[in-house]
Amino acid sequence: MMISVALPVVLPLLFGALSVMLWRSHFAQRSLGVIGTGAMLVVSVWLLADTWEHGHVVMEMGSWPAPFGIVLVSDMLAAIMVVLTGIIGFATAIYSLSGIGKMSEKFGYYPLLHLLLAGVNGAFLTGDIFNLYVWFEVMLVASFALLILGGERAQMEGAIKYVTLNLLSSMIFLTAIGLTYGLTGTLNMADIADKLSTVEDTGLVTVIAMLYLVAFGVKAAAFPFFFWLPASYHTPKVAVSALFAGLLTKVGVYALYRVFTLIFNQEVDFTHEILLWVAAATMLTGVLGAAAHYEFRRILSFHIISQIGYMILGLALFTPLAIVGGVFYIMHHIIVKANLFLISGITFVMKGTHELKLMGGIYRTHPMLGVLFLIPALSLAGLPPLSGFFAKFIIIRAGIEAEAYWAVAVALVVGLLTLYSMIKIWAEVFWKAQPEGVETDDVTSGPMVWMWVPVIMLALMTVAIGLYGEPIYQMAAMSAEQLLDPSQYIEAVLGESRQ
Amino acid sequence: MNMHSLILRTAGHFLLPLLLLFSVFLLLRGHDEPGGGFIGGLVAAAAIVLYLFSMDIQSARKVLRVDPRDVLGTGMVLAVISAIPGVFRGQPFFTAQWWEFTAPLFGEIKLSTVLIFDIGVYLVVIGSVLTIMLTLAEAEE
Repeated sequence: MMISVALPVVLPLLFGALSVMLWRSHFAQRSLGVIGTGAMLVVSVWLLADTWEHGHVVMEMGSWPAPFGIVLVSDMLAAIMVVLTGIIGFATAIYSLSGIGKMSEKFGYYPLLHLLLAGVNGAFLTGDIFNLYVWFEVMLVASFALLILGGERAQMEGAIKYVTLNLLSSMIFLTAIGLTYGLTGTLNMADIADKLSTVEDTGLVTVIAMLYLVAFGVKAAAFPFFFWLPASYHTPKVAVSALFAGLLTKVGVYALYRVFTLIFNQEVDFTHEILLWVAAATMLTGVLGAAAHYEFRRILSFHIISQIGYMILGLALFTPLAIVGGVFYIMHHIIVKANLFLISGITFVMKGTHELKLMGGIYRTHPMLGVLFLIPALSLAGLPPLSGFFAKFIIIRAGIEAEAYWAVAVALVVGLLTLYSMIKIWAEVFWKAQPEGVETDDVTSGPMVWMWVPVIMLALMTVAIGLYGEPIYQMAAMSAEQLLDPSQYIEAVLGESRQ
Repeated sequence: MNMHSLILRTAGHFLLPLLLLFSVFLLLRGHDEPGGGFIGGLVAAAAIVLYLFSMDIQSARKVLRVDPRDVLGTGMVLAVISAIPGVFRGQPFFTAQWWEFTAPLFGEIKLSTVLIFDIGVYLVVIGSVLTIMLTLAEAEE
């Protein structure tokens, strides 16, 4: 038995509980924030090592055997996602040392942060479809509260859209689970996959698949359910935005990857054709939305959507190389996108605004920050030798091999428009002179140092993935191999109970 | 908040200890029969809330002695910790551990990590309900 698969869930819960207990002390909460997320990062790397060695790591919670009890399962994709959660959680906790005010801490910022991370990790690791729903809810409850920390009008407005859409999606998800249970009589994902292959009524299976597609599509902000995201992500504290941007939509993408490789792989011609259209439309709408905006975080939010399109494209093409590309893309995207949001927080402290028109001249005063912005920005646009280039390259190559030429064309155009958007931010925020008549309160001293540390850390990772991408590619390749052969997963989960 | 009702105030004084005892009864009964930490916690919280309605916030806080947020935090820590002991015996998280022994007067007593979890839930429910109620009551004044 390997406990590494449960620790990424148990640790944040424990640290969250401890920081509720020590709610009086800001110092204790901050320390627990950094130590807890740091420990989570360490155990998630441990889990990755275990998974790399054994293929699948399984634990039956409370010793209730699968398929009756709840199992935690880690395959390569889940382990990779958990490590990324660890990285972003740790980066956010450090950033929060100077990025989050005492007021937000008083209203429970740190316990919520731990709870959110526990929810995200739980969603990645669970092998039970209803438990997945529960972790989604844990994550959403924490994110609702984080979204409105600060209590400004714009935050409430964004939160209402966010909450409404996500509750709707949860309802659809729950309906789909009910139908699945009615059809197969089980909630264990491996068992569902096993039983669905013998179900005769494939029409109903496809209907259920579409329900899951809508439910997870909302969470992932895929076309046409994306509009809650740009309405809410630019309103909370920057550290919270970065955390959401890095992780939350990716849980939806992960769930899509999980169910559309493990469970719904019977009618690939039909379901994955729809995914292909969704992917292309998501890429286009996201990038066009970004082109129209002049608010730092809004532009970044729209780019999340267009990037989600690439990840779904990898799943939709459904070839080994395409899945590799999709997983690689997720890894690259989480690090880059969180970093861009963190940088927007630093420029906000410098200029007191997120409006591009009111900013300027930062390259003159802080050339270092300009470089730090360019690394993730150009990586996002897909310029070599940064991580984004290889991510896009693999997906586009897979698209050409699968002869989905129009989707490849869309992906290339979207890449170009992404570059346009990033150059726009660069030119407005860093390059052009500070607009006249706009007051700036340039505060760069003292506690801001904790905002720089994670930004530098994540930027270095982006470069490292680009220059030394082979191990990352190997991990992605292994996860693609596992995803396209669900029998390994089923054997890992159910085989143990048969012994 | 004070309703100035003599009946309510008198009843509140007598009901508070009874309801608290009843909540502990529900908590301990919960393993094999209807009851448990959640419903027990709700009854205990309702007892304090009834007292709050019949008296005022200060006396409700006084009768509670500790801040409800501390109750909440302690409960959460207990609940999470109850998952851990199984691991030291080489079993998965949340595997229930039982200790049975006989004590004079009581007869056979069974203690388990499940009980610790239930006590944790009991405290979390009391803590969160009272945090909400007291905050609302204070906001109203």
